[in-house]
Amino acid sequence: MRQRMKPSVTFFAVGLVIFVVIQVLLSVGLLNNYWRGIIFWGAAISMVALGLNLIYGFNGQFSLGQYGFYAIGAYTSADITYRWVRGDPSALVVVLVGALLTLAFYALLAVFLRRFYGVTVMTRFTLYVLVTVLAFAIAVTVGVPLLGPLFSTVLGALPTVVSQQIVFLFALLGGASLAGIASFLFGIPVLELGSDYFGIATLGFTIIIKVLLDNTDTLLPFPEMKGARGMIGIPQWTTWPWVFGSLLLVILVMRNVLHSSVGRAIVSVREDERAAELVGIDVATTKVLAFVLGSVFAGLAGGIRAHDLAFLHPQSFNFIQSFNPLIIVVFGGLSSMTGTVVTGFFWIFLLEGVLRLYLPQGFETWRMVVYPLVLLIMMLLRPEGLFGRYEIPFLRRVLPPLPVKAEPAAESAQEVSA
Amino acid sequence: MNGRPEGLSPEVEARPVVLEMAGVTHFFGNLRAVYNFDLVLRHGELVGLIGPNGAGKTTIFNLITGVYQATQGSIRYKDANLLGLPSHEIVQMGIARTFQNIRLFANLTVLDNVRIAYHPHAGYGLVDSVLHTKRFREKEAEMAEQAQEFLEIFGLGERRNDIAGSLPYGLQRRLEIARALAAYPRLLLLDEPAAGMNPQEIDELMDLIHFIRDRFDLTILLVEHRMRLVMNICEWITVMDFGEIIARGLPVDVRNDPHVVEAYLGRQAVDIR
Repeated sequence: MRQRMKPSVTFFAVGLVIFVVIQVLLSVGLLNNYWRGIIFWGAAISMVALGLNLIYGFNGQFSLGQYGFYAIGAYTSADITYRWVRGDPSALVVVLVGALLTLAFYALLAVFLRRFYGVTVMTRFTLYVLVTVLAFAIAVTVGVPLLGPLFSTVLGALPTVVSQQIVFLFALLGGASLAGIASFLFGIPVLELGSDYFGIATLGFTIIIKVLLDNTDTLLPFPEMKGARGMIGIPQWTTWPWVFGSLLLVILVMRNVLHSSVGRAIVSVREDERAAELVGIDVATTKVLAFVLGSVFAGLAGGIRAHDLAFLHPQSFNFIQSFNPLIIVVFGGLSSMTGTVVTGFFWIFLLEGVLRLYLPQGFETWRMVVYPLVLLIMMLLRPEGLFGRYEIPFLRRVLPPLPVKAEPAAESAQEVSA
Repeated sequence: MNGRPEGLSPEVEARPVVLEMAGVTHFFGNLRAVYNFDLVLRHGELVGLIGPNGAGKTTIFNLITGVYQATQGSIRYKDANLLGLPSHEIVQMGIARTFQNIRLFANLTVLDNVRIAYHPHAGYGLVDSVLHTKRFREKEAEMAEQAQEFLEIFGLGERRNDIAGSLPYGLQRRLEIARALAAYPRLLLLDEPAAGMNPQEIDELMDLIHFIRDRFDLTILLVEHRMRLVMNICEWITVMDFGEIIARGLPVDVRNDPHVVEAYLGRQAVDIR
């Protein structure tokens, strides 16, 4: 037993040390705002890439949609806090009530649909879209007038420091759940497609999100997002504990899921879809599950990033950017969580930190020459990624020890029949 | 009754029906792969399905397990209609199969291969997975124990942490059967389990098939090319050619049936005789 505890103890101990060291460095001002931004950005991109690794590395579904969900999380949570600091709780109420109602409706609908058989994908999709619209309509028409003042008074009664943290938590959760809902609705029809088509469809999704973000003030009723001019005035609430906590949460959730029967089902779909189906794995559900979970991670990262940068621009979510998490995942090693996290940080350190600072003036664009070169060299020398399938012990699957043979294999067939 | 041979003992005929296929026809475009296929399996039987290459044997398996949808006819398992059900639901109802060319999860461990098939019986959900609750740990331990039991039966207990793809061929075949059993089937479909095996391995396999049938109270349908296996262990045999049934009966009758000898068995049957 003690031996099996050990990796987790080491993991949390090292985590704590990293947390404290960075916190101290930030507090005494040894890390300036620039490097602070780099670290936070690295953590956010690691979360996005971990989500993609779950979808692509572990479930085998090639996706380019990760930045779309990142954007949804960022804009949603930013809108919640933006309005809140201006005395308007409506976004907070709509997202929270809407998301909770949606989840409740989904659960009911899933139970309802189980009673029928042979319901087509498009029927299910339409029903899920309808209940989502219904949930958010209720949230807007009933939730806001009913709960808006309540939220304002209750949270307003608390000290600002506390209410701010609570609203931030809600904003992060809201962003993550909207990303999850979007990915669920997107995933139902699209995951039935073959893998290549799925990749193209997700690329389309990223582009659609980018176009919508460009037109938030004209097509969509969100003037505060200011469309293609970029959203400013987002409160800068992201602190190191939030960043660290979110990243830790993502790692733990992903690890726990992967180390369970659900995780084995997810991996089996990557290995051989047909064989998985014929040992009784519900392939479609498994794919949707991995996709939604990966997108939720991206949505959470979006909230963290938005409240650190305090500025959001649609251009940072365009489809060229959407290759970043993919490159990180492939670079770090498909289906290696360790590789993804390390590479995520390394990526931002290199591109946005070191190269931006130490290249001579006017040479910043050379970064975009350096990194394809690094990629090329990497693909030639180590095609399986920096870490291959290596995991630190805590994240590694612990296989049960072989049992000590007490009695000879009397159960084995040969002897029984002999 | 259609779908069964003459001359089976009344004791067998009194058992409940497990699988009933009636008038099953399947087209691939204009190619008629299976025509008017009848088959009724009763509980605990060990039945063979043979025929030359391309006769439609594997198609029958694919029709039963929902990989293909039959163009015509009915397929029933116990009291349930299987037509139109997705494969995973059919498997969860109690029909498991193996594949002609082994389809293991080759990059995963032997143990994981078996545990994946156990997933529908895992008994805990996503929330337990995320939180690693007490329920999770208990069920997980139970699962490992069950999987170990299956592996021991197939002589794979010692190799459970090995990568499945690295096992020797014969063991991979055994692992595939172990994985199928982990889905807790009542009906097991074995697609050429003896392919690529030498005579001695086939003898072992015959014992193994008998053993698991009795141990897990299974009904087994077997597609096979190797006469040695089919003639020795099957209680009765259905012979297909070009998608149609050309003979059906006890091994001894089938072997002497002139149609069968002509279509398929040829010299090999003569040798065995």
